[in-house]
Amino acid sequence: MRGGRQVRREIRPSYFEGLVTATMNDILEMRNITKTFPGVKALGNVNLKVKEGEIHALMGENGAGKSTLMKVLSGVYPHGSYEGDILFNGTVCEFRSIRHSEELGIVIIHQELALIPQLSIAENIFLGNEQAKRGIIDWNETTIRTRELLRKVGLSENPNTEAGSIGVGKQQLVEIAKALSKKVKLLILDEPTAALNEEDSENLLRLMLAFKEQGITSIIISHKLNEIMKVADSITILRDGHTIETLDVRADRITEERIIRGMVGRDLTHRYPEREPKIGGTLFEAKHWTVYHPLQSDRKVVDDVSFEVKRGEIVGIAGLMGAGRTELAMSIFGQAYGKRISGQLFKEGQELKLTDISQAIKAGIAYVTEDRKEYGLILMDDIKRNTTLANLKHISKWFVVDDNREVIEAEGFRSRMKIKTPSIHQKTGNLSGGNQQKVVLSKWMFTGPDLLILDEPTRGIDVGAKFEIYTIINELADQGKGILMISSELPELLGMCDRVYVMNEGRFTGVVPRSEASQEVLMKYMTSRG
Amino acid sequence: MATALRAIRGNVRQYGMIMALIFIMLLFQFLSDGILLKPLNITNLILQNSYILILAIGMLLVIITGHIDLSVGSVAAFVGAVSAIMMVNHQMPFPIAMVLSLLIGAAVGAWQGFWVAYVRIPSFIVTLAGMLLFRGLTMLVLDGKSVAPFSDGFRSMSTGFIPNLPGEWSLHMVTLAAGIVLSMLYVFMEWRARLVQKRYQFEVLAMPLYAAKLIAIVVVINLFTYVLASYKGLPNILVLLLALVAVYTFVMRKTIMGRHIYALGGNEKAAKLSGVKTKKVTFWVFVNMGVMAALAGLVFAARLNAATPKAGVNFELDAIAAVFIGGASASGGVGTVIGAIIGGLVMGVMNNGMSLIGLGIDYQQGIKGLVLLLAVAFDLYNKNKSS
Repeated sequence: MRGGRQVRREIRPSYFEGLVTATMNDILEMRNITKTFPGVKALGNVNLKVKEGEIHALMGENGAGKSTLMKVLSGVYPHGSYEGDILFNGTVCEFRSIRHSEELGIVIIHQELALIPQLSIAENIFLGNEQAKRGIIDWNETTIRTRELLRKVGLSENPNTEAGSIGVGKQQLVEIAKALSKKVKLLILDEPTAALNEEDSENLLRLMLAFKEQGITSIIISHKLNEIMKVADSITILRDGHTIETLDVRADRITEERIIRGMVGRDLTHRYPEREPKIGGTLFEAKHWTVYHPLQSDRKVVDDVSFEVKRGEIVGIAGLMGAGRTELAMSIFGQAYGKRISGQLFKEGQELKLTDISQAIKAGIAYVTEDRKEYGLILMDDIKRNTTLANLKHISKWFVVDDNREVIEAEGFRSRMKIKTPSIHQKTGNLSGGNQQKVVLSKWMFTGPDLLILDEPTRGIDVGAKFEIYTIINELADQGKGILMISSELPELLGMCDRVYVMNEGRFTGVVPRSEASQEVLMKYMTSRG
Repeated sequence: MATALRAIRGNVRQYGMIMALIFIMLLFQFLSDGILLKPLNITNLILQNSYILILAIGMLLVIITGHIDLSVGSVAAFVGAVSAIMMVNHQMPFPIAMVLSLLIGAAVGAWQGFWVAYVRIPSFIVTLAGMLLFRGLTMLVLDGKSVAPFSDGFRSMSTGFIPNLPGEWSLHMVTLAAGIVLSMLYVFMEWRARLVQKRYQFEVLAMPLYAAKLIAIVVVINLFTYVLASYKGLPNILVLLLALVAVYTFVMRKTIMGRHIYALGGNEKAAKLSGVKTKKVTFWVFVNMGVMAALAGLVFAARLNAATPKAGVNFELDAIAAVFIGGASASGGVGTVIGAIIGGLVMGVMNNGMSLIGLGIDYQQGIKGLVLLLAVAFDLYNKNKSS
């Protein structure tokens, strides 16, 4: 490791000698970038200017368009699939692929690490860029260069170690070493510390500052305000696919509150249906719930969490990605996630012992997953079959399914949920996101649950369908069910929930009643330590 | 008419396979100068393919769950060998020996199901190991020699026919009667389903079309039994097969277990989160496959009147081919019992037809390979077109 060098705020960007132009020192300029996906405008006229040698932070809520913008920049979305211009070192670039942008020294490190766990560190670093002569790999050269690169990132591992056998923090460093091997000029880090512990995060930030000294420009996407404040020279804030502002951290004396205001400032009128909460007695309670990671046996994913949901109440769980919200929900749902689960669950005062999912369903718990395509639906099956899957017993006699009753039940849900489709025999794979989500909700409503856990219930759904889903959620609450709603969209939590628990790094760091809730308050708890 | 077209379009794979089967039958009927559809040959066709069809039913379930079983040929041989030791060497009564054999099959299936479902070793590897293991055990049990002969009672399962009325008859009257009873049963069930659907005010086929469909199927059933009746009648094994097809079609289409099998193959993670006990289901599908392989082994041994160390070689490939030709998807979640049977019959008719016209085994293998490839390609083409 490179000594315990302190993070010094007064470090100025060190510029390369012989800049092309004397007046302009922007290494990168993205002008009026517009990118649309079928049905969604992800980016609208976004502008981004990055000065040579600085650390530039890109901030915004989930879904603001940060990752999309970086994918445009790195050629994941090739030239022609978006509108606008990219200027790198003063010349217009039209990247056809990641390879193409990497040739010019733009390297992106994605949120999900892209190492191949079965290959060695050296093989991973030079994957696609093998040190070879006439197609034959020079392993000595590979090893020597890998050692050199690992030294640069402060990692003392054998180049022949399997990448999968080292920790996440070290894997992140290998990714960076890989970037360095490509003669990187502009390094893009997409949430690099999301999966890292504090020490590894510190280490990584120090490394970024060291790179800055060497003249490498970085763009960092992160939700962690304290980290951004430590390393960033300037900050560009995106919201709903638009550039809001670019702040100079040093000159403007930027505070965390100032950044939060930039990220969340939008009006909330009429995006959520009106509801008069009718809250009853306690329905569900969790006490000292602790869950360990299924593979890393010493890592607590959920740490001593206690909460309650009352009848007729919509309770939110806020948190950043990786805070442990989904893991909490799935571990409650019949231990669908995690190992060494401890703590107690109560439903109306009675303790529940749920060791598998069918028991959880029987106990009246439903879990609507955040990933409806992977975990929620059987895409090759039709609406009817998906609707009834979790409660076939209800339409069966002696284990024989009554097809006719099934059709009637499914038709009932189709009209009640306003699923827009010609027939219930339609394959769910052919439906739009909003309609798919309604099918998943139908499935769980069909199990007659008392507690519904909704994990990102409106992810990837257009505004109109969102409103319909909110209406359904409100109706369910008014029927006296308890709703536990996980969401990364703060306005959604504020607009829907009676109470919001905030989770960070596996713990509940706060609980905010509706009357006191604001995005600033939630954001503060989301980034604080419990 | 529009509804009929929609119904046909919706089931293009199933109807396509039936069309292909009819086409192949007519082709070989023509090429073989009318031998293919002679009563004797039809009977032979059924006897020759019975064990593959039994395996195909079990294999269908395995493939729907997204797995494969390469060991069924060896398991069939192993169970055949053990049954021969019990019946021939130790004179055990054949009903007891058969029950024991099926239990051994279940145990073999449980063994493989354990590794696949609970240890999560890919089924390809588990059953490849099983293929070698049970072939080895077969040779060990038989000491490398064939064991024969079986009792007549046991052999009649594979080679016998249902009894006729006492007296002299030019046709097999019981077989004809069975055809009529079967037709009546079919019409009755169809009619009842229609009434229920009408009561729920569902859309039903227009009357003339509905009548035409019923008449066509009744005619086919009775023609078939007539052809069989003009030889020796209904083979016992066909009765067994029909029963299996009926039971498994019912299980797969109508029961919770069937739904869970399809759901598991369609999306294991989603099925699990919907409360399907995915491990348990996978395990029992393999147990079932073991029982079916055992049954196929018994049928084959009875037909051959011997248990041999080389019995059942390549059976697994025929069974797998039958399932895929019948429209199942290699990635799981799709397939029907009737489809697998039709697939098996396509292969069987081609084998039989090509032998009748004197085509060498070399050509036969090659042509069968191409048919498998084309059938699956056709299937994929249809799927892409519809989505």
